[in-house]
Amino acid sequence: MSHWETGIRFASLFGAVCFVIGLHLMNSPASARRGNQVSAFGMVVAVAAILLSVGHGDSGAVMDAKRWIVLLAGVSVGAAYGLYTARTVQMTSMPQLVSLFNAVGGGAAALIAIAEYDIHTHPSGGTATATVLDVVIGGITFTGSLLAALKLQGHLSQPVSFPGSRVASGLLAATAVGGAGWVIAGADRKLVLLGVVILAMALGVLTVLPIGGADMPVVISLLNAFTGTAVAMAGFVLSNATLTIAGALVGASGSILTKLMADAMNRSVLNIVAGGFGTGDGVAAVAGGPGGPVKSIAVDDAALQLAYASKVIIVPGYGLAAAQAQHECRELAEVLESHGVDVSYAIHPVAGRMPGHMNVLLAEANVPYDQLKEMEEVNSEFDRTDVALVVGANDVTNPAARRPGNAVSGMPILDVDHAKSIIVIKRSMASGYAGIDNELYTDPKTSMFFADAKKGLASLVAAAKTLVA
Amino acid sequence: MTGSFVGDMTIFVLALLVGFEVISKVPATLHTPLMSGANSIHGVVLVGVVILSGETHGVLGYVLLFIAGAFAAANVVGGYVVTDRMLQMFKRRPVVARADDRGAPGGKDPAR
Repeated sequence: MSHWETGIRFASLFGAVCFVIGLHLMNSPASARRGNQVSAFGMVVAVAAILLSVGHGDSGAVMDAKRWIVLLAGVSVGAAYGLYTARTVQMTSMPQLVSLFNAVGGGAAALIAIAEYDIHTHPSGGTATATVLDVVIGGITFTGSLLAALKLQGHLSQPVSFPGSRVASGLLAATAVGGAGWVIAGADRKLVLLGVVILAMALGVLTVLPIGGADMPVVISLLNAFTGTAVAMAGFVLSNATLTIAGALVGASGSILTKLMADAMNRSVLNIVAGGFGTGDGVAAVAGGPGGPVKSIAVDDAALQLAYASKVIIVPGYGLAAAQAQHECRELAEVLESHGVDVSYAIHPVAGRMPGHMNVLLAEANVPYDQLKEMEEVNSEFDRTDVALVVGANDVTNPAARRPGNAVSGMPILDVDHAKSIIVIKRSMASGYAGIDNELYTDPKTSMFFADAKKGLASLVAAAKTLVA
Repeated sequence: MTGSFVGDMTIFVLALLVGFEVISKVPATLHTPLMSGANSIHGVVLVGVVILSGETHGVLGYVLLFIAGAFAAANVVGGYVVTDRMLQMFKRRPVVARADDRGAPGGKDPAR
């Protein structure tokens, strides 16, 4: 190995080390931004090193003008698009964007394997296996993530299933495995690999099609893990350690998040992928539905309760974000704090459309992160809380989850019912994603404030201000 | 080739373990930026695309190279920029009138 090549290898190693350190710095909101910058710096070094390497003509690579032009043209188009989207995307649309980046990452990884197969036919056992895994995982991720992004954007958001869809998926998967086996055995036919790619892409569509909106946190995490694995496989195909390491890191991250999200819904990943509760979220129902007597509260009384509490916990759910009421929520918290009330936010792991989504939405509304509390941390605090204000959260507050035998049984919930009193802002008595009544609403300690989240919070702010002033 | 496969596998497995170790310490508050940051890391696939570019030939090869380059660059640039945008929104509580927070402006804040 020449000095030159050694230098390039060390630069790649440096990049990989930066990725790990960057992820490590994400362990606290105070250092997370620096972590991302460290990671980005590592990326710049790794990419610059490889550009120098191919420019120098290492390992038989010859960059003629045509290759440079095609590469740089593609990169410029992609970079411009990425920059524009990243700068303009709404925080509520983050899940779509992450899905989109999953799709292109997985797609690029699959394309690498396809192009490599096109150039070096006859790959040996190990490389052929990595090639096949790369195109299968990458193909599934590409179409699956694109469809997930579409669903999150509000198209096809209802779970779609047709008779025999599982049989079709099974057949597709079996054929893909057959084709994959043939390639590994040394088929040396580009058409076979192409067939496997197409089957994988069809499989991606069929897998995501029957999944509903509220299961999206799990699906995105899973596809994220897939993309990481696909990139790692591309690293195997090219014998490049940087790709393998980075892919493995993302694979680990995606797997951990998948597990956390599935646990937070008390459902297995398999169960979710096989098609969920069968209904979409936000099913309209009549106000004042069945169940015990419901106590409703007027805005002035609610404001009074909040302003004279010593400790208030706000429980935001996706309904808050859907109504774009984060700013009103923060405003209310500020008014209460100026009156000496201790205010914090209880965030359930699956609040939002991707892991941690609600935290970003509240941070955007200038809620300081030390007020954002995780489920385990906050649950013990409800006993000492005067008023719990639930806005747009439903199933994650249902005490029925502690009992066996219903749709939410066993799901970890926020112990909202432990608070001394509870105010729920809600438009109607409609049930949540799980489709069952929330027993919290009929609790004698609970008062229902029937209003749209945004308008309701705004009127609470106005009412609280008159009390504070 | 088989030797290098085993070597790659070793690196893969060890990196996976490091990933599990490091990422399980990330608080739930930061899970969205974590995922988006991990997303930008898999933009390293751009390195693979550059390696590939040195050996492409034929119309199909060039088309694949162009698309893969665009995909990877969108992934890496967009991923880092949006993650940074998100993370800069996470701020500590400013020094408010209430005395319950002892944080001083510009002081060294202890991590949560």
